[in-house]
Amino acid sequence: MTELSTLLSGLPGVDRVGADQRAATLATRSIKTTAKAWAIDLAIRMVDLTTLEGADTPGKVRTLCAKARSPEPSDASCPSVAAVCVYPSMVPVAAEALKGSRVHLASVATAFPSGQAPLDVKLDDTRAAVAAGADEIDMVINRGAFLSGDVDRVFDEIVAVKEACGKAHLKVILETGELATYDNVRRASWLAMKAGADFIKTSTGKISPAATLPVTMLMLEAVRDFREATGRQIGVKPAGGIRTTKDAMKYLVVVNETAGPDWLDPDWFRFGASSLLNDLLMQRQKLTTGHYSGPDYVTVD
Amino acid sequence: MSIFEYAPAPESRDIVDIKPSYGLFVNGEWTDGKGEAFKTINPATEETLAEVACATDADVDDAVAAARAAYDKVWGPMPGRERAKYLYRIARIIQERGRELAVLESLDNGKPIRESRDVDIPLVAAHFFYYAGWADKLGYAGLGPDPRPLGVAGQVIPWNFPLLMLAWKIAPALACGNTVVLKPAETTPLTALLFAEICRQADLPPGVVNILTGAGETGAALVNHPDVNKVAFTGSTEVGRRIAESIAGTRKKLTLELGGKAANIVFDDAAIDQAVEGVVNGIFFNQGHVCCAGSRLLLQESVAEDFLARLRRRMGTLRVGDPLDKNTDVGAINSAEQLARIRELSEIGEAEGGERYTAPCELPERGFWFAPTIFTGVSQSHRIAREEIFGPVLSVLTFRTPDEAIAKANNTPYGLSAGVWTEKGSRILWMADRLRAGVVWANTFNKFDPTSPFGGYKESGYGREGGRHGLEAYLDV
Amino acid sequence: MSNQPDPVRLSVRKTYKLYVGGKFPRSESGRSYEVTGSDGATLANASRGSRKDVRDAVVAARKAQSGWAGATAYLRGQILYRVAEMLEGRRAQFVDELRQADGVTKKTAESYVDTAIDRWVWYAGWADKVPQVLGGGNPVAGPYFNLSSPEPTGVVGVVAPQKGPLLGLVSVIAPAIVTGNTVVVLASETKPLPAVTLGEVLATSDLPGGVVNILTGYTAEMAPHLASHADVNGVDLTGVEDDELARSLEVAAAGNLKRVYRPGAAAEDWLAEPGIKRLRAWTETKTVWHPAAV
Repeated sequence: MTELSTLLSGLPGVDRVGADQRAATLATRSIKTTAKAWAIDLAIRMVDLTTLEGADTPGKVRTLCAKARSPEPSDASCPSVAAVCVYPSMVPVAAEALKGSRVHLASVATAFPSGQAPLDVKLDDTRAAVAAGADEIDMVINRGAFLSGDVDRVFDEIVAVKEACGKAHLKVILETGELATYDNVRRASWLAMKAGADFIKTSTGKISPAATLPVTMLMLEAVRDFREATGRQIGVKPAGGIRTTKDAMKYLVVVNETAGPDWLDPDWFRFGASSLLNDLLMQRQKLTTGHYSGPDYVTVD
Repeated sequence: MSIFEYAPAPESRDIVDIKPSYGLFVNGEWTDGKGEAFKTINPATEETLAEVACATDADVDDAVAAARAAYDKVWGPMPGRERAKYLYRIARIIQERGRELAVLESLDNGKPIRESRDVDIPLVAAHFFYYAGWADKLGYAGLGPDPRPLGVAGQVIPWNFPLLMLAWKIAPALACGNTVVLKPAETTPLTALLFAEICRQADLPPGVVNILTGAGETGAALVNHPDVNKVAFTGSTEVGRRIAESIAGTRKKLTLELGGKAANIVFDDAAIDQAVEGVVNGIFFNQGHVCCAGSRLLLQESVAEDFLARLRRRMGTLRVGDPLDKNTDVGAINSAEQLARIRELSEIGEAEGGERYTAPCELPERGFWFAPTIFTGVSQSHRIAREEIFGPVLSVLTFRTPDEAIAKANNTPYGLSAGVWTEKGSRILWMADRLRAGVVWANTFNKFDPTSPFGGYKESGYGREGGRHGLEAYLDV
Repeated sequence: MSNQPDPVRLSVRKTYKLYVGGKFPRSESGRSYEVTGSDGATLANASRGSRKDVRDAVVAARKAQSGWAGATAYLRGQILYRVAEMLEGRRAQFVDELRQADGVTKKTAESYVDTAIDRWVWYAGWADKVPQVLGGGNPVAGPYFNLSSPEPTGVVGVVAPQKGPLLGLVSVIAPAIVTGNTVVVLASETKPLPAVTLGEVLATSDLPGGVVNILTGYTAEMAPHLASHADVNGVDLTGVEDDELARSLEVAAAGNLKRVYRPGAAAEDWLAEPGIKRLRAWTETKTVWHPAAV
């Protein structure tokens, strides 16, 4: 055991049944009318509109960026999203397409999604993305090292990637679905925060389970406690599996009642999602028109 | 900094049809009570909900006679598998009318709709399902090859979980072959009266279930009636003692489920966030109107300060208000009397030297309300550490070692429940072994299930409700 | 204005297939066999199940088993009660089928159907009581918490009674599934039709697909594949009337040490209350120790 591994295993445990129940109770909050309208717009502003497919092309990425800038062309009151999230090879195209907008450009890096590559390859990946114009980097932690107990290696890699980011802000993906236990999620959260993460992120979205309400709640508890202990505020991003407005509302409630209102801002909370945006737009339309909308009334990206 | 205000999310009252007045339910029919009718109100608004009949001694006679006739001629001779099917029907109807029952319960009692909808009513249905299944399997219960019922049961229930307490009483009684006369609490009669309608819908033979509304006198008349074979009471230790005295020498079987002052014990190695939830749930769930509430927090001294900071912060997100609002966490205090008692004991707590903290919240103008409150710096010798407050008030004490926690937890005439928070399995089991309480919750609190026996040690009463053990009270064994 | 009499309406006859994985497939062999009533009249063609059907049914049963065992006892009880509700709704249909299959009077058929319905209700009520009756704490001589609990055995192969096509069938299926096992049932060879109709009842009762799988066909043809299958954990030989066949099936079952329920020497009275022998047959007892120390 190293000093770091001793510290991490001394963190308070998590009772899974209790945590799941707390999240489930928060999910029963009913968000209506004015609160719902405010929350939908906030959720839109928190979306990292994502495409991470082998089949991504410049055309696809340009369409996505146009949507990110102006999700609802017929309604100027609709806000734009927080960021676009793409593979490093697509960053130049996205940078061009987002020029002049306030939408951030996030790139995954470090041999996303598996992270199974030599460290120097992962660092080159990062540097290339930043050089091409990404102002946010979403890295993956080394799960193999974590699960085999080599937490110092996980820590050192995050520190190195943070350095390679330069001015870009760093989100650290824990891939909670592979960490399996809530105790591991707590330990990985603290490890990432101590190593310099600006955001901790649940998942790559490439495996199941991706983001869940209880896991996100756990990570919000971690950032809350970390700020209390150190004074530094860190953001949280659940990613993958968040498809409906109803889901998004539940997450915002969890943010509100766990970490608190300070995190109800795109600078401190993001949704890693793709299809969520259209459902938010349809719900937004319903609030203005009074009737249910349909897929013909939102754009395909 | 953004403020996320939840807009009102009211559950509609329209689903329940409250009649302007109700009679007594005797022998399958509605009859006028011979006593002076009284009103039941909505404690959140103080509006009158309905007028309710008051049963006199003569009414009690009629009801017991009806129960006796039904026992002798119909229910007693009926095979268990047929009794079972009546109980299954009742369980099904409760599920079908679940929303209606939940809204009515929240209106009459003051508890949040989320609780009545998600906790009370599902448990009510589950209780009837569970005991329905025992009706034709009594020989397997470990109480002998052919255990027989007792006859007529007189049952008196409290106002804190009106329909659930009714289910805990009626389901096992009927499953075992008894017939019942039940008196709901004075301030919460309405779901019991709707239950009577459900019995009719299920075609339950007349006289098997009889519901008499009234106050203390009605209850006393029922308990003391010479033709009642079995008495079951849930309520205060004070009244329980009087009942035990009054049936002395009569050979009536008696079970009592009384008060408590449970210790919720948090160790330094607890899963801290879940422990905070458990403490909050333990005392603020159902406005603290819970006999097994975790009303004494025993905190290991080494983590007390940190824990209390988290607890105070968590109390800040509790929403107190309209019970019919789906986002309400803490509802109304059930009556003016209860509110007065809570206030009185809280003032005593301050006078005794406890440091009071109340979560900041806006309370409605009309109705009976008390904001969630904790007292720190409490010792065993303070009245607020010994007396049951039955409200959303937590007394916080500290301990240094497990032995001390046990000593303090057991240092009470009560013994209904206890909570233990630690991630260490062996410690949970060691503590559970030594706690003098009928229910020990480890890393959880206020969990109920029809299969799980519930009841107290010492002055919290005797007998168990729920599970295989819950059959014993209603059989001649 | 026509003087023709009203044309006679032709009925739409039911096709009797297998019930596997919540669906109604035909035998993969494409074979069927004629089912006759007690009076010799043809009732229908039933699917003639093959060893591959047995194989597929076991796959379906295994797939469903962990989910079914993982459901709460309360939920299993609710679902079994729902089966009783659906069966009650089809009371008249089953009375007819029994009269055709067995040639019994209406009154007798009704008593079998009513008892079958009540039997489902009886078993539904067992779901959340078995651990209380068969399990409990053990007072070991040391500072240990010790608890024994019954758990389901897994996938159980059932040869349903040859006579007793409804009540007998229900009485061998329900006790296995109520504790969380899943079953592959070989219906009565000569009276398989009520079993298929029972499959329809199960399919509309919120019972997850694969918990009960019903195969029709020749018992001697299918049973050996079930009894020797290494992914089957127990086998109920109630419906095996031939002693030599029963013996050979038991030998096959010993291959992976399946739990075996042998047919009784005398025929069972299905109308009588069953007792809990079959309930117990398909449970394993797990005993857990944990120290208790500060």
